Amino acid sequence: MITRRHLLGTAGAALAMSRYRFAEAAGVELTPGIPEGVGTVATMEALPGKKPLIKLAYRPPNYESPLETFRNPITPNDEFFVRYHLADIPEVDARTYKIKVGGDGVETPVELTLDDLKKLPAFEVVAVNQCSGNRRGLSKPHVVGVEWGYGAMGCARWKGARLKDVLEKAGLKKDAIEVAFDGADGPTVDKTPDFIKSIPTWKAIEESTLVAYEMNGQPLPHWNGFPARIIVPGWTGTYWMKHLITINALTKPQGGFWMNPAYRVPVGKFPLRDRFLSQETATTTPITEMVVNSLITSHRDGAKVKAGRIVVSGIAWDGGYGISSVQVSTDGGKTWAAVKLGQDLGRFAFRPWSFDVTARKGKNTVMVNATNKLGQSQTAELIFNPAGYHNNVMQSITLNA
Amino acid sequence: MRTLIIAAAAALIALPVRADEKPVQLKKAPGLEQVEANCQACHSLDYIPMNSPFPNAALWDAEITKMIKAFGAPIDDADAKAIADYLKKNYGT
Repeated sequence: MITRRHLLGTAGAALAMSRYRFAEAAGVELTPGIPEGVGTVATMEALPGKKPLIKLAYRPPNYESPLETFRNPITPNDEFFVRYHLADIPEVDARTYKIKVGGDGVETPVELTLDDLKKLPAFEVVAVNQCSGNRRGLSKPHVVGVEWGYGAMGCARWKGARLKDVLEKAGLKKDAIEVAFDGADGPTVDKTPDFIKSIPTWKAIEESTLVAYEMNGQPLPHWNGFPARIIVPGWTGTYWMKHLITINALTKPQGGFWMNPAYRVPVGKFPLRDRFLSQETATTTPITEMVVNSLITSHRDGAKVKAGRIVVSGIAWDGGYGISSVQVSTDGGKTWAAVKLGQDLGRFAFRPWSFDVTARKGKNTVMVNATNKLGQSQTAELIFNPAGYHNNVMQSITLNA
Repeated sequence: MRTLIIAAAAALIALPVRADEKPVQLKKAPGLEQVEANCQACHSLDYIPMNSPFPNAALWDAEITKMIKAFGAPIDDADAKAIADYLKKNYGT
């Protein structure tokens, strides 16, 4: 086990590198609007097995994907964002790996090896995994937390067994109201609460909720949850437990810091359909499905373009209802035009879109607004909440011709 | 000997994969010593500048309380005060 002493031991040698690191920091293209301090620590750095990503914090590791990553509607494994809450992250040995399935909501607890998991019928789903706090750095006023820009998300083709089938191995009782997950990663101080999350049973037994062992046709990267993780399409990443070692069906609500007060939104503030009622209080409710959102990926705000016809493109996604249209405005929101949607990889996936703009000499603004099949659209003004979740304010960028 | 080899192998397997963590230089000011001695047991120091300069005094106090009460950080009162003063003065509004 690498100790803190070991980490500190490298400090002296690296001090001499501070000038070099400053140059690295200059190479990071940060999202406009994030706290100034991010610019002093963010660097492009590669975790083992990954391409350089925007390092916001080393330990626990929090690295986001640069904007250019999202020009591909499928996020490559080595460019997929990394998010951990706790710093003791073991490298799990697939040969001895086991998932314990138990809790008072099952008939007979069982243990599954990776081979056992792979023997169950396999299903695939293309789904967006987005951190609840994606775009937290854009909150006004700023709130404390990992100050993500646009890149704490990715979309992959996940393959695995249905969680429902895994639960059936142990016999799911009718009165199980929640299914809780624990991963192999843990805290460095004993008193720090372990990261344990639950979802309602109705969500756990949906056909697209998986225990995944493949991501884009490959084993999961270590940093994205090897050997297996939970996939909850439509819902934010907090429930997508990495390095899954325990599944507990429960007849009572899961407690603990990470269920409450963490990962909560004010009741009634967001237009969400999926509610997690066994956890809801008078004032707060667990974050559930993602709000409809979009991102311009072809250009950064302030990009220089040639006057004339240019193509502006990007992606749109939501909580799994599917994108019905994406509208673009080039006159500051007075008039809107529907854009051409790209390949449909399923209702949980990034939906690419593109639009021809005739850029005039000088400043051109482009605004985007996505709508889903429930008729929900993005917001013009931020819906402030203390944790900085669900930021789906319509993007507006300036292109300079 | 055999036990030793097994122990060594076990140690290798248990080795966590981790980022090549480089030191984060915080502003040199009174209290930095207490910050370095306490905070990085659980997290790298980049979390501090990342969350700056927007927090006011109350927000930094709330963060330190959260680290001690919610996350169980073993920080004594004197160090907690030194850390709070340092953060407010160097990374606050």
